Amino acid sequence: MWRRIRSLILKEFLTLWKDRKSRMVLVVPPLVQLVLFASAATFDVTDVALGVWQEDRARPANELVGRFADSTAFRVAATYDNPRDVERAINAQQVKAVLHIGQTFSADLAAGRPARVQLLLDGRRSNTSLIVQSYAVGIVERFNLERRFGRAAADLQIETRAWFNPNFESRWFILPGLTALLTMVATMLITALSVARERELGTFEQLLVTPLRPMEILLGKTVPALCIGFVEANVIAAIAALAYGVPFIGNVLLFHVAVILFVLAAIGIGLVISSIAKTQQQAILGVFLLLSPATVLSGFISPIANMPEWTQALTYVNPIRYMMILSRGVFLQDIDWAIAWHQLWPMAIIAAVTLAYATWLFARKLE
Amino acid sequence: MSASDLLPGRRFRGLLRKEFVQIVRDPSSIAIALVMPVVLLLLIGFGISLDARKVRFGVVDENRSVESAGLYHAFANTPYFRPVSFLTAREAEAALMRGDISGFAVLRSDFSRHVIDPVRTADIAIIVNGVDANTARIVTGYAQGVVAVWLLGHRRDRAKAAAPAASVEHRYWFNPEIRSTNFIVPGLIAMVMTMIGALLTALVVAREWERGTMEAMMVTPASMTELMMGKLVAYFVLGLGGLAVSVTIGLFVFEVPFRGSFAVLVGVSSVFLIVSLAMGLLISTVARSQFVAAQLAFLITFMPALILSGLMFDIESMPGWIQAATTVFPARYFVSSLQTLFLAGTVWPVLLPNLAALLAFAVLILAVAVARTRRSLE
Repeated sequence: MWRRIRSLILKEFLTLWKDRKSRMVLVVPPLVQLVLFASAATFDVTDVALGVWQEDRARPANELVGRFADSTAFRVAATYDNPRDVERAINAQQVKAVLHIGQTFSADLAAGRPARVQLLLDGRRSNTSLIVQSYAVGIVERFNLERRFGRAAADLQIETRAWFNPNFESRWFILPGLTALLTMVATMLITALSVARERELGTFEQLLVTPLRPMEILLGKTVPALCIGFVEANVIAAIAALAYGVPFIGNVLLFHVAVILFVLAAIGIGLVISSIAKTQQQAILGVFLLLSPATVLSGFISPIANMPEWTQALTYVNPIRYMMILSRGVFLQDIDWAIAWHQLWPMAIIAAVTLAYATWLFARKLE
Repeated sequence: MSASDLLPGRRFRGLLRKEFVQIVRDPSSIAIALVMPVVLLLLIGFGISLDARKVRFGVVDENRSVESAGLYHAFANTPYFRPVSFLTAREAEAALMRGDISGFAVLRSDFSRHVIDPVRTADIAIIVNGVDANTARIVTGYAQGVVAVWLLGHRRDRAKAAAPAASVEHRYWFNPEIRSTNFIVPGLIAMVMTMIGALLTALVVAREWERGTMEAMMVTPASMTELMMGKLVAYFVLGLGGLAVSVTIGLFVFEVPFRGSFAVLVGVSSVFLIVSLAMGLLISTVARSQFVAAQLAFLITFMPALILSGLMFDIESMPGWIQAATTVFPARYFVSSLQTLFLAGTVWPVLLPNLAALLAFAVLILAVAVARTRRSLE
């Protein structure tokens, strides 16, 4: 039996490897995506083009504008003296935000009345604008504190530290997450297509007349995908750590166990799609239909804790959710087995259920 | 391409019917065009929130005084936090490690003494879990805000003097409630368009090659141009269907405002759809197998539409060479046009350059795709 399975595994590897294009496709896309994400995916907003509409020329107003100009987040790109120009600039996206200081700002401040400055933001890019707003609030808060308590007191008011990622580097949380995501895409596509391609090309019937049992055929499809997924996850993790300087401080063995369980879950889902789909097109589109919501619901971009209850409930059947926590945990946090266990067993269950279901679907189709 | 090729002759009508029959027979392409936008819109629209609310945040109270209790309540009274009380910093650290809380504030034992004295600094440490850097930054900002406001208020009460302070009043143009659905809908349309245009077309043509039906069709009197036009028209119609579904749900379920002109929306989308279709065609001439076609389509159309279009990440904050790279992917111009059309209106200074770029892409890619398909026959 093992010899039979071995030759099937060999055949699966050869199918993926013998064609130059399909070989390229296994290697190049994950690397390109990694580079793109590592460089482009940042929530840091820097060098924001700020427009200034200053109606108050007294000292406090100048000082506030100076603080915006001196900050690393903003650069004053234009100044205006009437609302029409402001409107035109925001409409045409020449500036991201406009700081408006009204005529009474300094007088209000001196008289102890609440002094308002206006920040006009472009809601079309609300993601960016939210971050810009928080920068602006920070600058004004500091302006207040320093006026009140002097510079030294403002400095030491609150001591803040971010554990595991002291400088809030976006890359440090994107790349460990991407390790999970790219591995998922590759393994699901390989397995989902493997059975569908045989069926579409008619070689599936040939496989059936061999002495191989359904269970053995599935095993032959699982092992190559598992190897590829395992290698891919490790290569991406290594690049993230070595080329992009994301710290990897955790337990390598724990990472490997997590990757194996995760890849098995991905293979299980891929095989289920594969045994339902009649054509490769259906298999590919099935993968997309599942992967897009699964990515959204994985915590890759927006934290699961912020979602409403019902979407949080949905995330429990999503293997990426668990791997996301494990990957980031091992990379940055050095989590131990006791903490990791809560993420490991759900992936094992997902893998077991989907693999069993795929076998059953498969056996039923044969009869 | 001569004019007679474009006329809907009998042969062409037949080809078109064949494509539609294929689409209807295989529910997966309809699922991508019509079901996926609905699923994603509902999930993202109802399920995702980019701003932090009710974040579980620890307060370690080593001081146990009126003041420290006051600060705890300040945390409880904002919509952003759901404070959890801890007696020692060690317990809070363990909870942070497990991921139960996103961060915690430590009020040391001499907290109340320091708070009263305005020249001394209050001993407050805020520690956040930086693993999710984006959330960590937002949480830090909120927590500092809560403490600063409470501290100011507290000292003001004691000094019995109203203190002047500057405050920021922010106004979001085009999207005053900063609803994330408002910018997700335009993004979703871009996604659906690339899916249908590039991915589906690449798959369908690659399948014809893989199965050998392409050769079978070539021996019919139908010209290559007719064959390709048949596919383009069919998937163009499917793409417009996806657009209609996304826009309808966006407008009526999520009440996303639409301030531009519908004619311009359909026009810009059509041009982008043609660009996508041409890219799909081009991909299929390079990749003759569906596996390779799917991967390529994903890589050169879908990923750029997501990452390099300004949809999720701010283009101007990217490194220079990536900013340069975004200009050669059509998605960027489409997303920018959609965001403006939906939320701002028909602002020509934004739309014209985008439309010009898209038209140039359409002509260029379509020409290359047709040339390559013709050549691959020989």
